[in-house]
Amino acid sequence: MSAVDDSGSFGWSAPRWRLFAPVLAVLLTGAVNWRFGAVVALWLAAWGVNTLLARQGGRVARAIVPVLFGLTLLVIWELVVRLFAVPSVILPAPSMIAARIADSLPLLWGDFVQTAIKGALSGFAIGCGAAVLVAVLIDRSAFLQKGLLPVANFAAALPIVGTAPVLVMWFGFDWESKAAVVVLMVFFPMLVNTMAGLTQAGAMQRDLMQTYGATYWQALFKLRFPAAMPFIFNGLKICTTLALIGAIVAEFFGSPVRGMGFRISTAVGQLALDLVWAEIAVAALAGSAFYGIMALIERWVTFWHPSQRH
Amino acid sequence: MTDAAQTAVPIIRGAALRRFGGGVYPILAVLIALIAVWYLAAAWMNSTWTMDQAARAGTSPGFSEILADTMSQDRPKLPAPHQVAAEFYDLVFNKPVTSKRSLVWHAWVTLSATLVGFGIGTVLGIVLALGIVHNRAMDLSVMPWAIASQTIPILAIAPMIIVVLNSIGITGLLPKAVISAYLSFFPVVVGMVSGLRSPDAMQMDLLRTYNASRAEILWKLRFPASVPYLFASLKVGIAAALVGAVVGELPVQQGGLGARLLGGSYYGQTVQMWAALFMAAILAAVLVLIVTRIEAGLLKRMGLRQ
Repeated sequence: MSAVDDSGSFGWSAPRWRLFAPVLAVLLTGAVNWRFGAVVALWLAAWGVNTLLARQGGRVARAIVPVLFGLTLLVIWELVVRLFAVPSVILPAPSMIAARIADSLPLLWGDFVQTAIKGALSGFAIGCGAAVLVAVLIDRSAFLQKGLLPVANFAAALPIVGTAPVLVMWFGFDWESKAAVVVLMVFFPMLVNTMAGLTQAGAMQRDLMQTYGATYWQALFKLRFPAAMPFIFNGLKICTTLALIGAIVAEFFGSPVRGMGFRISTAVGQLALDLVWAEIAVAALAGSAFYGIMALIERWVTFWHPSQRH
Repeated sequence: MTDAAQTAVPIIRGAALRRFGGGVYPILAVLIALIAVWYLAAAWMNSTWTMDQAARAGTSPGFSEILADTMSQDRPKLPAPHQVAAEFYDLVFNKPVTSKRSLVWHAWVTLSATLVGFGIGTVLGIVLALGIVHNRAMDLSVMPWAIASQTIPILAIAPMIIVVLNSIGITGLLPKAVISAYLSFFPVVVGMVSGLRSPDAMQMDLLRTYNASRAEILWKLRFPASVPYLFASLKVGIAAALVGAVVGELPVQQGGLGARLLGGSYYGQTVQMWAALFMAAILAAVLVLIVTRIEAGLLKRMGLRQ
């Protein structure tokens, strides 16, 4: 399947080296410290299975290998914490975090609603909507486009999250200020992507619309918007992560007594690291789900695009 | 001499025109519009405070008096642009660089963490990309997790990482650099993987007919081909590294632009906050510009761009 040449380059014949080196590594580290040896042995065994699976190829391996890798990391994390007796104020074990999540589901749900739904989602909708609207409004003015594109490109590279304290001052501690930070953070990346997307329809296609006698708006909605969708969704996917970051970071500058950012900063102060990691797990889950939903909608909307045709 | 000077002007202007895609005037117009909006917003947002004060003093100021007051408050809701500019100038040029009141000193604290983190992140990203390109098992197992790692709002947990690293005795520059590195490694991995894979089948076949080893293919084909991709990633990565350093400075008040932002928000020093924000923006712009310049020079020397 793969054309990569795996043999040679080490001087020995590959199979012997491949068997010998891991065993040697385990024995050496085990001789120094049996705990190290156990961790290294587990890692190498899992990696060996992954290598074998990866070499087989196919759909199944493609699905199993990453999962196995993730599980290996979790197990090694657990093992390291237990074997070396790492204090839980530095790094709690995954099992401890899982127990904490199971214990405090209502608390986590409340924080999730406050931060992800009220703060991030509303800001995401307003910011991305406004960016698309602005892109359409300035679409007919080449002058404004030429002026705004470099400014927007520049603004997209700025540390906009730094405006969070200012916005918290203006809009108060509740979710409105978080939504405002999110709006600012997602606006420029979205604007740049939408503007780039609107230039995607080819000259021939636009000529065709003209020969049909299509108005500007007909051409926009029937041709240029659909053609811009891959870019628009690229922007939307980038903005999902930005939105969550903005909402959580803004809570560090003041928030009501719930919310993921608030919980993280207070739990760190109380050295309740298992709760912090529980919030992180929720944030990671929310971020991945948000991204995944966008990717699914993208697949449904831009089914015609080469990148979606597997 | 005068001749040369006269011809130089149109050349410079031509270069600027090309770079900005046809005219600095549109950009100027947009910027002027932005500043005008800013002044209007400042007048509008600060007027409540002015009216409050006037009501308490029992006076009724005229429109021009209100306007003048909104432009020169000590702790305005939104400082006017000239107030920010004056504060910025004062903090940058009128303070000794080594003093903790100097914005240059704070910018340096942030910049050093940014650069260290950016360096670590870049090296890590390139190493990971090399592994992913050369090892199929790594490609299948690491790549999905590298992508998933970016859906985790790392900035959100940055303060926790700082506090934990502080509690085990790692303080100062390094914790911030860790955050910067985490943020900047991802663009480098993604860019370098596509870059190292960008040589087409014909070029790879040619090197195989030469019986080139994998190391030779890497040095003579894959690395040179990946340079444009690398620099595109570095531009994203260095901006992300700066954001990471700023956020990393929030929980520990040991200087830096992030500490200035939080301090300003605690004590209501809005003008100071805006000055710090502008310093961060200028820093980001300069860093991206430097990377762009290095890219242009390198690509020109490699013959990839005329």
